[in-house]
Amino acid sequence: MRLRRRRRLFRCLRKSRELSSVQDNTAAIRPDDILLFSTFRNEGARLPYFLKYYRDLGVDHFLFVDNDSDDDTRDLIAEQPDISVWHTTSSYKTSNFGTDWVNYLLRTYGHGHWTLVVDPDEFFVYPFCDTRPLRALTDWLAASSVKSFGAMLLDMYPQGRLDAQHYEPGQNPMEIAAWFDSGNYTLKRNPELGNLWIQGGPRSRMFFADNPEKAPALNKIPLVNWDRRYTYVSSTHMLLPRGLNLVYDETGGEKASGVLLHAKFLDNFSAKASEELTRKQHFYGSVEYRAYLDKLEDGAGPWNEWSEKYINWRQIEILGLMSKGNWA
Amino acid sequence: MSVGIAMLVHTALDRVEQVARHWAAAGCPVALHVDLNVPQDAYDRLEAALADQPMIRFCKRHRCEWGRWGIVAASQSASELLLATFDDIHHVYLVSGSCVPLRPVHELVDYLAERRRTDFIESATTADVPWAKGGLQQERFTLRFPFSWKRQRALFDFYVRFQRRLGLKRTIPDGLVPHMGSQWWCLTRQTLSAILQDPNRTRYDRYFRRVWIPDESYYQTLARRFSSNIESRSLTLSKFDHQGKPHVFYDDHLQLLRRSHCFVGRKIWPHANRLYAAFLNNTGAMNQAEPNPAKIDRVFARAVEQRTRGRPGLYMQSRMPRPGAANAPTSNPYSVFQGFADLFCNFEDWLARTSGTQVHGRLFAPDRVEFAGRASLVNGGLSDSAAKRDYAPETFVTSLIWNTRGERQCFQYGPADKQSAAGFIARDPNAQISVIAGAWAIPLFHSNRNFADLRKRAAKLQKIETEQLKLLRSGEAKAQTRIWSLAEFVDSPMEALQEIVDEIGQTNSRILTEAPTMADLAGFGQFLQNLKNQGMHPHLMGDFPLDEPQVVLPKRPSKPYLVQ
Repeated sequence: MRLRRRRRLFRCLRKSRELSSVQDNTAAIRPDDILLFSTFRNEGARLPYFLKYYRDLGVDHFLFVDNDSDDDTRDLIAEQPDISVWHTTSSYKTSNFGTDWVNYLLRTYGHGHWTLVVDPDEFFVYPFCDTRPLRALTDWLAASSVKSFGAMLLDMYPQGRLDAQHYEPGQNPMEIAAWFDSGNYTLKRNPELGNLWIQGGPRSRMFFADNPEKAPALNKIPLVNWDRRYTYVSSTHMLLPRGLNLVYDETGGEKASGVLLHAKFLDNFSAKASEELTRKQHFYGSVEYRAYLDKLEDGAGPWNEWSEKYINWRQIEILGLMSKGNWA
Repeated sequence: MSVGIAMLVHTALDRVEQVARHWAAAGCPVALHVDLNVPQDAYDRLEAALADQPMIRFCKRHRCEWGRWGIVAASQSASELLLATFDDIHHVYLVSGSCVPLRPVHELVDYLAERRRTDFIESATTADVPWAKGGLQQERFTLRFPFSWKRQRALFDFYVRFQRRLGLKRTIPDGLVPHMGSQWWCLTRQTLSAILQDPNRTRYDRYFRRVWIPDESYYQTLARRFSSNIESRSLTLSKFDHQGKPHVFYDDHLQLLRRSHCFVGRKIWPHANRLYAAFLNNTGAMNQAEPNPAKIDRVFARAVEQRTRGRPGLYMQSRMPRPGAANAPTSNPYSVFQGFADLFCNFEDWLARTSGTQVHGRLFAPDRVEFAGRASLVNGGLSDSAAKRDYAPETFVTSLIWNTRGERQCFQYGPADKQSAAGFIARDPNAQISVIAGAWAIPLFHSNRNFADLRKRAAKLQKIETEQLKLLRSGEAKAQTRIWSLAEFVDSPMEALQEIVDEIGQTNSRILTEAPTMADLAGFGQFLQNLKNQGMHPHLMGDFPLDEPQVVLPKRPSKPYLVQ
């Protein structure tokens, strides 16, 4: 395992040569700042709300890898003092789906900070997030000697057809994609790295009903008190050293956890899926995206009579998808 | 007359300044102890910022570490400074930098002025404190603890074991009975000065220097020696979680804190701007209420319970009990019926009507999940895909039961179904399993298949059911189980059905008036005999008579006549 961790770290250093700094404001990072890391491509539509959401939560600095966007993404993030940007034209796929790049940035800038690694369509929700800033959570975790915090992906979707409502830049995506599946998730232990392997939700239900083992992983550990010896292994699903993956209790108690609202199913979803399919830069030779397109041709969305409409974190907590643990 | 505030601080010095000014403005002198670990320049800044305040003094600095003597030394220095400098102090209140007065300060002053001789200090003998963490109770006082628990854990543990092995014990100084309690006290000048000016103090101090967590026992023990009137409770609202770590208060606790009527609360999160704003500008109306932290107690007790025990039957990203580790594998009771749907034609409908529960078909049928009404999705978005169910059969059961909390679930099961969750259900105390053994033969009997196939099929089903029954009767089975042989059941079906429906207990217990329709069993005895003649012995159904059985089903009670 140590060897594997070392290899990952070495790899991210090698891959760092693919990154070129476009906008470096990292000198402004103060010692106890909360940092957010993200890799994206052509996210001009979702980025304005994304930045607002995380600034409101109390993220102090954003570190972005721009994978060769050719829309207005670059203009949106230019000349903002709390954003640093690296640009790359290299392949998302050969960089282990961006993990290598982010690992490099984490190692270089994340050491000693609380770091949040999310995609531009993921919105972090944690207990009391409507009344307590992110720093309240990280302070509490630090006082409890907890180094990593789990938040599973919760796929959000609109009622009816995906393209029925148009998403305006700057709009809260959850105004449209307000619905989710509340109770069809499977959990398995990964004996190798100790993390849980969570699958289910609308993507598994619609696109992988016949081969659920192929359904995308929903377990994520996005918030970590970073140390330069740490490394993400596969996206933010799991980490090394393995102890960081133990974000769950095995004796019956509940550790605190959150969710990442995943605003994937918006009206630009089909376009995104087609683009990704031609770029062939995603997991499993893009099986996922092909399945999406096949099923969505006929226009039926993921919504059904058992879908839950998102209200707030307390609702998610009561449904049992996240937990306050002993934070009160 | 006033109350002196001894304030131990080590972080968030901007808040410290704010709170210290608040106390001083209300006429309470403050002695600040700043941890020696705080950098000198930060200390200097704080001192300069408070230079305009004659009521706020800084005492000698000590290095403080959790569980060690430094904290006691700090409170001694602060108390001595207060008692020596301000003559009109009648009580000294020990607070930390993250404590905030929750009520107007004058209410505290009045409260204490009325209780001039009372020492407020939580103080209990070691035998009586269940809340001591770390397993060391009496041993805190009889072993030596020269090593830091936080920084030198290995040495700490080694030295404890070493002393236990050698049977080393310290003698507790004469006249002292070890007591423990919350470290946040409020003592009268008499008691506090008696402790600080005791001729034996050097001896006591030397002893407590090597006691573990002396800040929870030094004053608590010595106050018992000198005080005439101890009220064993802390005026500071301070809650601890299962690890002994103090709970923190945030902006959203404002109402809860207000209603607690406690004088001082800790710990307040340094960035809880609303709390600081609300309580430091709190002039309030006169309020005679006694402190009442019961409601806050409940909130935090629930939180600890959720962390340690969790919600039974819930499996999620941060609760994944190992098999057998948690009390119950599912969240609610449910019923499993085996053989009933084979024996009765309309069993599902009948059961749903009679018991008022949700009745599914064969959830583990090989080709699809037969949800009630054969829906393709049920609560929580659980789908009827057999592949998804078989991918995680146990999770399928736990999810269904969790998703439908509040509505009892019933489903059909049998040897013809997937057996992947059979063991799990048998071990689940929430499962109520009723089995009519051998009823699987009835559909075979009614089917129109070649006898050779039937024979083979019967042998297979019988083998599976035998295994099932063995499991249900074994020691590891925790489910509530009832097993009848088919012959037994057919003999008196209503009694058995009544028993089951009563136990589900959804509707008010009443006498069953309507029976489900039993399948036609004419010739069934002969069918079994034929199987036997072919060398396949169906033994699970018991002794089934060759001729037609007499089934006793109740008639509808006739309408009573009303004679006028």
